Amino acid sequence: MQAMINKHFLIKVGMILGTVWFIWFANGHFDEYTVRILNNIAIFVILAVSYNLINGVTGQFSLEPNGFVAIGAYVTALLLISPDAKSYQYAIADPYPFVMTLQSNFVVALLLSGLLAMLLALVLSFPVFRVRGDYLAIVTLGFGFIIKILAINHPEVTNGSLGLNDIPEFSNLYWTGGLAIVAVVVILNIVNSKFGRAMKAVRDDEDAAIAMGVNTFKAKTLAFCTSAFFEGVGGGLLAALLTSISPDLFDFFFTFQLLIIIVLGGLGSTTGAIIGTVLVMGGSEWMRFLDEPMNLFGYETTAMPGMRMVVFSLVLIFIMLFAREGVMGKRELTDLFKSRKKGGK
Amino acid sequence: MILKIENVTKNFGGVSAIKETSFSVAPKEIFGLIGPNGAGKTTMFNIITGNYEPSSGSVIFRNEVLNGLKPHHIVRKGIARTFQNIRLFSSMSVLDNVLIGFDFQVRYGFLESIIRFPRFLSEEKRIKTRSMEILDYFGMSAFAHEKAVDLSYGQQRKVEIARALATNPELLLLDEPAAGMNPSETEELGELIKKARVDFDLTVLVIEHDMKFVNQLCDKVLVLDYGKTIFEGKPADAIQDPEVIAAYLGDFHND
Ligand SMILES: Nc1ncnc2c1ncn2[C@@H]1O[C@H](COP(=O)(O)OP(=O)(O)OP(=O)(O)O)[C@@H](O)[C@H]1O
Ligand SMILES: [Mg+2]
Repeated sequence: MQAMINKHFLIKVGMILGTVWFIWFANGHFDEYTVRILNNIAIFVILAVSYNLINGVTGQFSLEPNGFVAIGAYVTALLLISPDAKSYQYAIADPYPFVMTLQSNFVVALLLSGLLAMLLALVLSFPVFRVRGDYLAIVTLGFGFIIKILAINHPEVTNGSLGLNDIPEFSNLYWTGGLAIVAVVVILNIVNSKFGRAMKAVRDDEDAAIAMGVNTFKAKTLAFCTSAFFEGVGGGLLAALLTSISPDLFDFFFTFQLLIIIVLGGLGSTTGAIIGTVLVMGGSEWMRFLDEPMNLFGYETTAMPGMRMVVFSLVLIFIMLFAREGVMGKRELTDLFKSRKKGGK
Repeated sequence: MILKIENVTKNFGGVSAIKETSFSVAPKEIFGLIGPNGAGKTTMFNIITGNYEPSSGSVIFRNEVLNGLKPHHIVRKGIARTFQNIRLFSSMSVLDNVLIGFDFQVRYGFLESIIRFPRFLSEEKRIKTRSMEILDYFGMSAFAHEKAVDLSYGQQRKVEIARALATNPELLLLDEPAAGMNPSETEELGELIKKARVDFDLTVLVIEHDMKFVNQLCDKVLVLDYGKTIFEGKPADAIQDPEVIAAYLGDFHND
C-alpha cells in the first residue's frame, strides 16, 4: 500500500517536472506558430479537465463552458485594457464611467474572472440542483445564450458585437502551461478526496449516495462551481492570448468542441480530458486543409469552412455509438501503472 | 424502544401500500419484516429512511420524530440501509464504496483536500484503515481494489452491508440480504449478522422471504399482507399461524 502511494507520487512529480521542462524548452526553441498552438492546447486542457469534473466525474450533463469562459474573457479584458485603449475603441456607445476605471494586474484579473464565474455558478446551482432531473443542460445552454445576448446588447460595457480589442498579450506558455498544471493538480486532488468520491457516487447512483449520508446537492454544487472557476480563468487567459474578443467567439460551438474533447478522451477521466484536448486541438490544426479549397483528382473544390467541424461531429457520433468509453474510459494514467494482480480467492 | 412506527399509512394514488401499521423495535433486537410480494415491506423501509413521506402516522427513532427529515440527515442520526436490488457504485472499487459511508464523518474541508493538509492525509488514513477493518470482518478485504460490480452476487451483498456499517449506524435495515444466495451462503450470512449485532452494537430490521433464514436469525417478526399487519410475535409461531399461511398460499397461487 505504502509502496503504491509512493510510486503514484513519484509518477505525478515526474509528470509535473517533465511538463515544466517541456514548457521551458518549447518557449525557447519552437516557432511562433507552434507556441501558439501549445498555448491553445494548455488553455483547453484547463477547460477540458474542469468541464469533465461536472460532466464526467459527477455525471451531470451540462453545457456551461461557453457562458463562463465568456464571463472570464470579458472580466479580464476590461481589467487589462488600458484606459487609453478603452477611450478610442467604444464605437457603438459611450462606455459607462466605471468601465474606464476598471484596472488591475494580470493575476488579479484572472482571479476575479474565476471568482465571478464561480459566483454565477453558485447562483445557478440553487434552482437547478435543488430538484431532481436533467435541468442542468437546458439551463446552462440558456445561460450561454443569455451571456452572449447581454454582451451584444450592452455596448456601454462590452462594445457590443465589435468586441474588445487591444487586450495586452500577457498570456504566454508560462502562464497557460503553468495554470494548466495547477488546474490538473487541483482537480485530481479533488477527485481523490471524499469530495471526488461523493461526486462519483452521485454519478453512479444518486439514491444510494443519499442513503450513505452524502449531501448530493453539495457534491454537485462543488463540482459545478469548481468547473466554473477554472472556465472563468481559462476565459481570462484566452482573452490575453487572442488580444481581441467578441461575442461570436463564445457561442455554443465552443462548448461543443469541449464536449467532443471529453467524450473522446473518456468521460470521467482527467487524463482522458488531457489526451482528448491534444487529439482534437492537434487534429484540428492538422485538418486545416479541409476548410480550404482542394484539388481532388484534378477537380477543384471550393473552400468549405466548417468542414473540420463536420469531421469532429462524425467522430463524436462514432464514439457515442461504438466506443462509449473513449480513449481512457474512467481510468487515470496512474491506473495503468497499477499491478494487474487480482484479489485472493 | 429504539424505533417506533405509529399508525403509519402510505398511499400511492389510490393504492394503500401500508395501512395503519404500528410496531416497535427494541434495542439490539433482530426484527424481521416479512410478507408476500407487494406487501409493503420495502415501502416501510423507504418511510423509515425518509425516501417517502408517510401519508399519516409517524416514525420515532430514539424518542425523536423523523417525519420530514431528508434521507441524508436520517442516515446521520444512525439509520443505515441496504437495497433489495443491490445498488453499489458500479464504477468504484470495493474500498471506495465503503469509504463513501464515511463521507459525513470525515473532518477535512474542500480547500484542505486541494492543498493536501496534514489533516487530509491523517483523516484519509483513518477512514481507509477503518474501511479495511470492516471489509476484513466480512472476509472481503482481499477484494478491496476490485471493482464492486466484478464480484459475485453474494459478495456484493456483503459489500453493501459493509458500506452501510461504515456510516456507523445504530439501526441497520437489510432488504432481502440473502436474496440470490445459496443455502450455505445464506446460513453463513445469518451467523455473520448475528455476530455483527454484538460487535457493531446494532439493532437490525430485516426483510426476508426465506422462512428458514428468518427462523434462524430473528428474535421477533411482523408479517404484513397488503399493507396490513396480520401477525406479530416469534418467528416459530408465525409459520403456524393460519392467516400467515393463507397469505403466503395466496402468494404462491399468484406466482
Ligand atoms: N413509488 C411507488 N409508486 C407507486 N406504487 C408503489 C411505489 N412503491 C411501491 N409501490 C406499491 O406499493 C406496494 C408495496 O410495494 P413494496 O415494494 O413495498 O412491496 P414489498 O413488500 O417490498 O414486495 P417485494 O417482496 O416484492 O419486494 C406494491 O403494490 C407496489 O406496487
Ligand atoms: Mg421489497
